[in-house]
Amino acid sequence: MSHVLSLIFAPGFFGSGPVQVALVTGGIVAIVSGIVGTFAVLRGQSYAGHALADISVTGGSGSFLVGISPLWGFVGISVLAAAVMDMIGVQRPRGRDLATGIVRGAGLGLAALFLYWDATYTSTTGATITILFGSMFTISSSVIPVVVLLSLAAIGIVATLYRPLLLSSVSADLAYVRGVSVRLAGALCLTAVALAVALSALTIGAILSTALLVGPAATALRLTNKPGLVMIWAAIIGLAATWLGVLLAFDSFYWPPARQGWPVSFFVVALVFAFYLLAQLPALIRARRA
Amino acid sequence: MTTDRDHAVEPDETLAVDGVCVRLAGREVLHDVRFAIRAGEFVGLIGSNGAGKTTLLRVILGLQAPATGTVRIAGRPRARGSQLIGYVPQRILLDPDMPLRARDLVGLGLDGHRFGIPLPSRKRRQLVDQMLDAVDAVRFGDERVGNLSGGEQQRVLVAHALISRPRLLLLDEPLANLDIRSEQEVIALVARIAKEQRIAVLISAHEMNPLLPVMDRIVYMAAGRAASGTTSEVVQPAVLSELYGQHVDVIHIHDRILVVAGQGNGPDPTPGEHQDAPVGHRDRVPAHLADHT
Repeated sequence: MSHVLSLIFAPGFFGSGPVQVALVTGGIVAIVSGIVGTFAVLRGQSYAGHALADISVTGGSGSFLVGISPLWGFVGISVLAAAVMDMIGVQRPRGRDLATGIVRGAGLGLAALFLYWDATYTSTTGATITILFGSMFTISSSVIPVVVLLSLAAIGIVATLYRPLLLSSVSADLAYVRGVSVRLAGALCLTAVALAVALSALTIGAILSTALLVGPAATALRLTNKPGLVMIWAAIIGLAATWLGVLLAFDSFYWPPARQGWPVSFFVVALVFAFYLLAQLPALIRARRA
Repeated sequence: MTTDRDHAVEPDETLAVDGVCVRLAGREVLHDVRFAIRAGEFVGLIGSNGAGKTTLLRVILGLQAPATGTVRIAGRPRARGSQLIGYVPQRILLDPDMPLRARDLVGLGLDGHRFGIPLPSRKRRQLVDQMLDAVDAVRFGDERVGNLSGGEQQRVLVAHALISRPRLLLLDEPLANLDIRSEQEVIALVARIAKEQRIAVLISAHEMNPLLPVMDRIVYMAAGRAASGTTSEVVQPAVLSELYGQHVDVIHIHDRILVVAGQGNGPDPTPGEHQDAPVGHRDRVPAHLADHT
């Protein structure tokens, strides 16, 4: 029995400090991404979320230059970018594409400069990989309190505005007539998306963070018709992908080619994608029968 | 332009639109629109695309501020988020991916503006069930809204609008894109509810004929102007010719009414236009094409 367990959980898994930090932060972040991501998907803001993720590269690479935790850079820049996108007009369909494209382009331009400086003038080797693709086992436990606070803020926004956001994703006019401040609710929702993206940039990397935002929510849409349950399913799917990903990455220290371990982010994103494909199966089978 | 005389506010006057003008991008979209609707009245807002129907509804809803004029609901100036108005938008574009059941949308009519996540409540569930039953939508109450047909969506939207017990129900082109049978069902449903619950109904449509059997009065719009009264008062050559700014004929065939452009001796004559050409064939005149068949 213990032999089987040790095949699944490679020796030292539960005693390892970095693993514990990865499980805690990764788990919290996955739950936030699932819940907030549900609204990003429902409101058609997946692309905006993707752009915020790209832009957070700028903040992360800037943080390495000045020597602070990349989390601050991720959060600062993505919330700022969300505000700019909202001002340019993310509410209107055409404005949304323009706003997203303009802000994303400008942000990535700066990121190119910062990453170059990171690589050339500072001794932070691997900074680029850490920023772009994450490195869950190197997260410092000191950021956990900040992660918890930002998570509560993001979930608080979405939970408070649950009904107004739902109604305005059906029809902005309908929500406005009911007395909803559609504009304010939209801006706050985008802020929550920015926070979720910044948090998952810390765990699975800036480039990959939308996978955790969009994937679990898109999968959950297939599992239930109830909007509240979609959020819960998305959180569970994100959490499962993250924890399984951490486990597989730990086990992979004994895998070829280099016996150096495979990146956690790869496993998390691969699992999110696998869950998405699995969730399509029932519909495919039904279609074949019909 | 209107056949309604200025009058003192009657006790059951639900909607009073008075001297409303709207300018958009320097163009006058609504000009001195005035009419009133009493409780339990079913009023058709008739006009072609571009006549100003949607703008007028947006003014009543508070989505568009008028340049001049006032809108009063139940004797009071219109307030945003007022529970007095129920609104059924023209169409909502929801794809089937949206995890929102018909009953969720109806429930949002009750408390969609409230903060927080709703706790399951028997009272709320009963109200939603009653409303679904009232619009004959129990059968698809648990289906995703995006999977419903146009007529089914309209019924769910009517339930959404009515669950907060409004005094005034506004429907923006609810018959557009409906097949004839769903069209009849939606009209019958709204007319029945208006009478039963004494709700004032203003329903916009580009086609008046389907509404003739149930319409108490008509607000006829052309080029941003409106004439209101009973159908026989408003839909006659003298009134409509003045509204369109050119001569139009009103033809009664069986129980239907056709409004067609007459020979051009109005202010805007068009030489060469065939006498029987429907108004809709000329883009300068907002069309009321009464019968396509």
